[in-house]
Amino acid sequence: MRLQLAPRALVGQFITQAMRATSALGGVVVALIAITRADVLPEDRTDIMFHRFDGGGVTVEGPSVLVRKKIGDSFSASYQYYVDLITSASIDVLSQASKYKERRTQNNLGVDYLHGNTLYSIGFINSDEPDYKSNTAFASVSQSMFGDLTTVSFGFSRGWDKVGEVDHGIFQKYVGDADHRTWSVGLSQVLTRNMLLGLNFETDENSGYLRSPYRGVRFVDPSSARGYSFGQANTPGTRTGNAASAQLKYYLPWHAAVDGSYRFYNDTWGIQANTTKLGYTQPIWGSLTLDAMARYYWQTHATFYSDLFPFENAQNFESRDRELAQFHSLTFGLGASYEFHPAWPRFIERGSLNLDVQRMRIDYQDFHNNLLSSPIPGDEPLYSINASVMQFFISLWY
Amino acid sequence: MQLNKVKISALILALSLSAMAAASSVSPGSAAPAFQLPAASGTPVGLGDLKGQVILINFWASWCGPCRQEMPILEQMYRKYKPAGFTLLGVNVEPKSADAVGFLKSTPVSFPILFDTESKVSTLYEVSGMPSTVIVDRKGKVRYIHHGYKAGDESEYLDQIRTLMRE
Amino acid sequence: MANHQALKRTCALLLAAVLLTGCSPIQPWVKPYEREHLADPIMSFDRNPIASVYLDHVYEVREGAHGATGSVGGGCGCN
Repeated sequence: MRLQLAPRALVGQFITQAMRATSALGGVVVALIAITRADVLPEDRTDIMFHRFDGGGVTVEGPSVLVRKKIGDSFSASYQYYVDLITSASIDVLSQASKYKERRTQNNLGVDYLHGNTLYSIGFINSDEPDYKSNTAFASVSQSMFGDLTTVSFGFSRGWDKVGEVDHGIFQKYVGDADHRTWSVGLSQVLTRNMLLGLNFETDENSGYLRSPYRGVRFVDPSSARGYSFGQANTPGTRTGNAASAQLKYYLPWHAAVDGSYRFYNDTWGIQANTTKLGYTQPIWGSLTLDAMARYYWQTHATFYSDLFPFENAQNFESRDRELAQFHSLTFGLGASYEFHPAWPRFIERGSLNLDVQRMRIDYQDFHNNLLSSPIPGDEPLYSINASVMQFFISLWY
Repeated sequence: MQLNKVKISALILALSLSAMAAASSVSPGSAAPAFQLPAASGTPVGLGDLKGQVILINFWASWCGPCRQEMPILEQMYRKYKPAGFTLLGVNVEPKSADAVGFLKSTPVSFPILFDTESKVSTLYEVSGMPSTVIVDRKGKVRYIHHGYKAGDESEYLDQIRTLMRE
Repeated sequence: MANHQALKRTCALLLAAVLLTGCSPIQPWVKPYEREHLADPIMSFDRNPIASVYLDHVYEVREGAHGATGSVGGGCGCN
């Protein structure tokens, strides 16, 4: 009898890579070039948010608090505390283990320094969960020119991750390190008195242990009752990716704004992805602002990806991680924001109450739902996810 | 014949462009360009009417945060030094004055507010930042120019005004 | 032949015109006092960074692609 890849008890917690700050290849999501202006410091504000994601058998929710304050004339400091409380019975979890609960905590600290028309920023991010510890340092420089019509930014980040395995919340073992480096360049350009252009380019180099230790591969196994068995995945020790995006924002004469963006991505694992987005913002009745958004994403699979390999160890590199599969995804979003001016406390200039909701659908084109039985392995229906996402937050400016 | 016309137009273009380039700048020491604009009070105000006084011309807009921040401070400055021969002109640069008027209702000021709806004076004074402040001496010469405003800049304005008042 | 010569002369005159203006650096074509619309918060690429960074994270952990989602903006040109 063929043994499972690992005893069920051990492989208890499939952290859907999704739930970390890190993606399948690791690397914290850093809004590296989130520099709006290089001739003034970012405005002082505090945001308190509750976020929730629900889809594909996974629920992730938690708080996120972001505080930003100027210090003197030239410095601005920011701190963010973020928590993901994960309850996961995802397809990956149910395939090889059982439902679990977990918590990820993230702390961000950043400092900005303004000198003339140049803004220097440095920051540090720490993300902590039972089986993944990540530390990232980043720095960027932004420069305004041509009467502040143009802002050019350069950024660099370096991340160090430690990957482990847990079973029912208990740390089992350390499986490897992942290293990340990203370089980015951004340009913001005022085109006309009603139109803005944003261009971004980013390249990242990743090395080390770049996969989830829990997501195995499937291979045809006539000796197994199901017709297939699980095996260990193996991914290259390096991955380099490039992304380039363009964004356009236009002011409409009836006091509204429309924006569109496109991003192209490719990497050395063979993935090519396209992201298109459309947005519309409409203030109404003075204090209320409505937003609508649509996003369409599609990607090709990694060269070594397959939902079902013909036999064990058929290839040097093998993965069945659905993040590396071929799929397309459509997201619709709506948001409402209400601005208010509190009488107390006095130092609060204004505030806003916000609710954003999104509905996301992911349709996999070469990842099958192996939880549904089929006489022929690999012939199960294709997998798809419908998810609801929500952000409810209050913002205060002072 | 047609080519001659092209040649002549090119020459005119060359001359006018060079003339524009030469006709420059509003810089310390140059004469403050004359202008006349409609005012919130109803009676148009001209720079020429104010000769002999130290004049602070402030270019502002209701959509500009630092401009709004600066207004109460300019008001204080105006009240303090007006009796001694100082005047302040708040030139609003917005094509439509409704928002400016609305702002002034909630933050009233006593110094003259002028409406430069066609940006003629903004262009004349080569406004290159918001807000912009130009301080003119009693003889009508530009002496100090400021771009932008942040808390604390007003002490510089006060020093400069006092210097000019002593002349 | 004559047309060619005339065209050359016209170009030379136009070039002279440009040079006479002193080869000044690019002047901002949107003046600071014309930036009312750009200063409106709805024209910001990223009005609420806490929400946009969160959404970027939601996408990035489920997708192969990442990066170049930076937001930069025009702003009001104040200060």
